[in-house]
Amino acid sequence: MYNEENCRFAKTHEWAHMEGDIATVGISNHAQEEISDIVFVDLPKVGQQVTAGQNCCVIESVKSASEIYAPVSGEVVEVNSALTNDPALVNREPHGNGWLFKIKMTAPTEYENLLDLNAYKATLNK
Amino acid sequence: MTHTDLQKTPLCAACEAAGGKMVDFHGWLLPVQFAGIIAEHKAVREDAGMFDVSHMGQLFVEGKDAWPFLQYINCNNIKNEPGAGVYSHILTEKGTIIDDAISFCLTPEKFLVVVNAACTAEDFAWFEKQSKNFDVTVRNESARWGMIAVQGPRALEQVSNLLPKAPEVARFHIAEIELFGAKGYLTRTGYTGEDGVEIMLPSDKIAQLWDALLKQGVTPCGLGARDVLRLEAGYLLNGADADQTRTPYEAGCGWVVKLAKENFVGKEALAAQKAQGVNEKLIGFVLKSPGVPRAGCHVFADGAEKGILTSGTYSPLFKGIAVGYLAAEAAVPGTEVEIEIHGKRVKAEVVKPPFYKNRV
Repeated sequence: MYNEENCRFAKTHEWAHMEGDIATVGISNHAQEEISDIVFVDLPKVGQQVTAGQNCCVIESVKSASEIYAPVSGEVVEVNSALTNDPALVNREPHGNGWLFKIKMTAPTEYENLLDLNAYKATLNK
Repeated sequence: MTHTDLQKTPLCAACEAAGGKMVDFHGWLLPVQFAGIIAEHKAVREDAGMFDVSHMGQLFVEGKDAWPFLQYINCNNIKNEPGAGVYSHILTEKGTIIDDAISFCLTPEKFLVVVNAACTAEDFAWFEKQSKNFDVTVRNESARWGMIAVQGPRALEQVSNLLPKAPEVARFHIAEIELFGAKGYLTRTGYTGEDGVEIMLPSDKIAQLWDALLKQGVTPCGLGARDVLRLEAGYLLNGADADQTRTPYEAGCGWVVKLAKENFVGKEALAAQKAQGVNEKLIGFVLKSPGVPRAGCHVFADGAEKGILTSGTYSPLFKGIAVGYLAAEAAVPGTEVEIEIHGKRVKAEVVKPPFYKNRV
């Protein structure tokens, strides 16, 4: 549904997919591989204001906690409640049913400033 | 990350070949995981898994006074019956914990002490210093030995394909073995809460054992799974749950302190603490809602800060579990506390470890 080709990426490994003024946010396949065995996702609250580049969510694996940064600014309008019972969805389908939350964007230009897939992949090889 | 400065075990290449994700562990390059921590945990709880524990230290104590010396440097009663091993703490004069180790009696005048990797150099220096008045020699043979822990309900069955007499070795005992043309040792011990063995072979032979076990279907497991398994089983991680600021009484290991012994390093301080009681105590916690407690999280009881976690993880069996030091008055099983995780207070219950209780 939100395949890699039609997403934009933050250098901190989150992806965003824009439809109108709503950005769906998740983590990249590379990120889920690095984190591995996801056991809990501490999602933001619906209605919460988030700022691009700021921590708004925590993904816990068995061995560590990873902070997730909002790739764009705005209001959280929906969170993926399926992750409550099945956090490993993020491992299995990082670009599909393992999305994290949706943001109603206040500054859509922030989306344009994110990396496209090729530019993101180039950051992984450094 | 550069790996060039790290020490490598004789199984480093074998671990990398088996898909191990290698990390820096106290200066050693070791696998944190292979297929994944949850899958490896399951393999050990339900089948058989193996760990490269070659970084662990082997100190040999030999001489007429080998047993009296070990009785003096350990707070527990070491057995001088060939084959028998005893878990104990090695203490400072203040009664605080330098290391926890198992001393195995090979002969009445020769013992093998298996110690933690990060403590090997300090333990060796401490043994040398404390042995001045005893007729013993202490040798640090850690670099000579490779070591594999095979753990799980099918561990003995798997090992007996190579060493048919392995199942005859009793729990917490040691046997000399011969494998691939070399002499080594097998101990019926582990750090997972499952039955199993730990096998020591010379460094240049240990990879043959790894390959043979891998071919038989034993699951390679990393440090990540090892930490979850040991925490479930209620075993201390030295350097995290115990160190030179904590005594065995504080660490919930009063059973390793034998005050009835004539003398041992740290006895006076521990006798005084026993009479006085401890102010803080290591205790377990189970989270009541989703989340993962970690070392360093603060613990609150009745709104006031009462302690700090020293180890915490997600357990596939029990979800969020941890151990930590808590003010003695709050360290009572059944007490409801709050643990602060990422700035939020999460409810937890105080429990007495182990979380996982097995027959072994």
